[in-house]
Amino acid sequence: MTRTFLGMPVTAPPGVGHLRGAEPFPSAARRGLADPQLRRNLGHATKTIRAKSAGVIGEVPDWQELRAAGSAIKTDVMARLPELLEQLEAKVTAAGGVVHWAADANEANRIVTDLVRATGGSRVIKVKSMATQEIGLNEALEAVGIEPVETDLAELIVQLGDDRPSHILVPAIHRNRAEIREIFLRTMPGVDSTLTDEPAALAAVARRYLRQTFLTTKVAISGANFAVADTGTLAVVESEGNGRMCLTLPETLITVMGIEKVVPTWRDLEVFLQLLPRASTGERMNPYTSMWTGVTPGDGPQAFHLVLLDNGRSAVLADEVGRQALHCIRCSACLNVCPVYERTGGHAYGSVYPGPIGAVLSPQLTGVADNSSLPYASSLCGACYDACPVKINIPELLVHLRDQAPHPRGEATAMAAAAYTMNRPRLYQAAQRAVRLSRLAGRRGRGIPPPLDGWTASRDLPDPPAQTFRDWWATR
Amino acid sequence: MTARELVLGRLRAALGTDARASVEVPRAYRRAGMRDLEQLVDRLVDYRAEVHRLAEADIADTISGILPSGATVVVPPGLPPAWLPSTVTVVVDGGLANEQIGAADAVVTAVAVAVAETGTVVLDGSPDQGRRVLSLLPDLHVCVVRADQVVAGVPEALARLSPHRPLTWISGPSATSDIELNRVEGVHGPRNLHVILLP
Repeated sequence: MTRTFLGMPVTAPPGVGHLRGAEPFPSAARRGLADPQLRRNLGHATKTIRAKSAGVIGEVPDWQELRAAGSAIKTDVMARLPELLEQLEAKVTAAGGVVHWAADANEANRIVTDLVRATGGSRVIKVKSMATQEIGLNEALEAVGIEPVETDLAELIVQLGDDRPSHILVPAIHRNRAEIREIFLRTMPGVDSTLTDEPAALAAVARRYLRQTFLTTKVAISGANFAVADTGTLAVVESEGNGRMCLTLPETLITVMGIEKVVPTWRDLEVFLQLLPRASTGERMNPYTSMWTGVTPGDGPQAFHLVLLDNGRSAVLADEVGRQALHCIRCSACLNVCPVYERTGGHAYGSVYPGPIGAVLSPQLTGVADNSSLPYASSLCGACYDACPVKINIPELLVHLRDQAPHPRGEATAMAAAAYTMNRPRLYQAAQRAVRLSRLAGRRGRGIPPPLDGWTASRDLPDPPAQTFRDWWATR
Repeated sequence: MTARELVLGRLRAALGTDARASVEVPRAYRRAGMRDLEQLVDRLVDYRAEVHRLAEADIADTISGILPSGATVVVPPGLPPAWLPSTVTVVVDGGLANEQIGAADAVVTAVAVAVAETGTVVLDGSPDQGRRVLSLLPDLHVCVVRADQVVAGVPEALARLSPHRPLTWISGPSATSDIELNRVEGVHGPRNLHVILLP
């Protein structure tokens, strides 16, 4: 098997996983914008979560100090990533776990499917995990005849509805309660039509539907929110208890974790366990957090595998500006405050990572050429930067990536011409006069002619003023 | 070359000469505070947990008020027997099958730590708390918290806990925010959480 030259950071391979959309953002966004139900659902949900989150953040007097600490810890992690991963590996191994390394999605999928097949099981229960969605693990499992069962309520809604996730935290955010009731009635055996669309009733149906599956499935697959290098402890943060079921009941637990999720010390959790729930679900604390270190005799899975996933992260790390995208703790606060996300929804971004963080993470994981429209999926308003609990400067990253994206020849020519003109006062004055002539010619409200018409595809050309500043100055 | 060597090699190349000294982390956030029992109660009630404040001698009476007569209760092996009323059937865990645990009406445990500011109780698998599955499958969880187990915030809780034990942080009953981003109680974990707070 041929390998890339040792030491060259490599982006995530195409043809596997869900980091690349089928079409560019602007055309995909148009579909979301044209769906009034989607926009109502999203508007309602993001407004709710913004208010809740602001409330619980407001009651913490040291929120900014926590953000500063979280940001610094992550900067430290990136600077020492290789040694921290080696330390994590040693600690997990010493505690009875088995550590696997996966250079990309294909390798991770192969490792996990081989591990599941070795147990003899044909079904796995899954805790919601961005990493396993990113690598397309469910498709890989199905391809070898293993049934993956998503146990998070929102993931279950997406899976049963044969849908795609549209939000990091709440993958079914684009669905309202009536639509969820509809999906359950259609797909769950034994659910009768008296089911109401009360969220508690819908949750109760999911409880009944999955209980037997939890009790009889021998293998679980999870992601990880945090992995502590100096103790080998893994942490999963959740709400429903489906995570606890998966982390406790099966005989074998396989955790797939992006390598950037490691934190140096046990003490560092004190920062992130305060930042994450308040920024994410707007709670003082999420209902359940599970922490485990290797294998505990007599309690929980007796076989534990940790898969450390690169899949383009080394390429992100290689960019000194871009690497702060790896600081993300997947809280999704940036989605909830983003005026673009709120209107287009998550599907428009193509990748499993939607919203502002997706617009900077996906193009770096795949290489900017494969997601070149995403850095433009933003008005650069900066709300995401203010909301980010680890202070990722997303607007800075967007501009940085726009610079790397391929630019059309016409744009470069136009910019060069503008620079040339602006450097020469006489020429500039002549150009202004020419623009004013277009006013007389009655070109108001129309776009610029090709090849520059891209600029006015979603903007109106402003009316040229009747008098320029220079003209006015000359008459004083 | 192994995948391990490949990934580590890529990361070292990505960092280049940046792979140097560690970054100084500013820890100006609060790391210690006054324990506030009223705050713990307020947070728990906010999550729709039921809170009972009483003396240790009254635990059994209180539990007999929470659980109907004849209810089956699973308990970890190290739970003080005096906490349990004679009105319920007590099943002590000595390796019970999951089906037996799931069939019980309730579970009673102690806790390792409680966090006032976040309304959280933490179980660490000690003999009076038991295996993680015990507090997971029954639909009602009664946990007993001593006032000296309550800390102000998350940093103090982590300082008291051992990373080498399996830990379950519980903040209210099972809930979900997956439907329209509103928290509603009751999915897979216990849908009823009772906290008995001792002085």
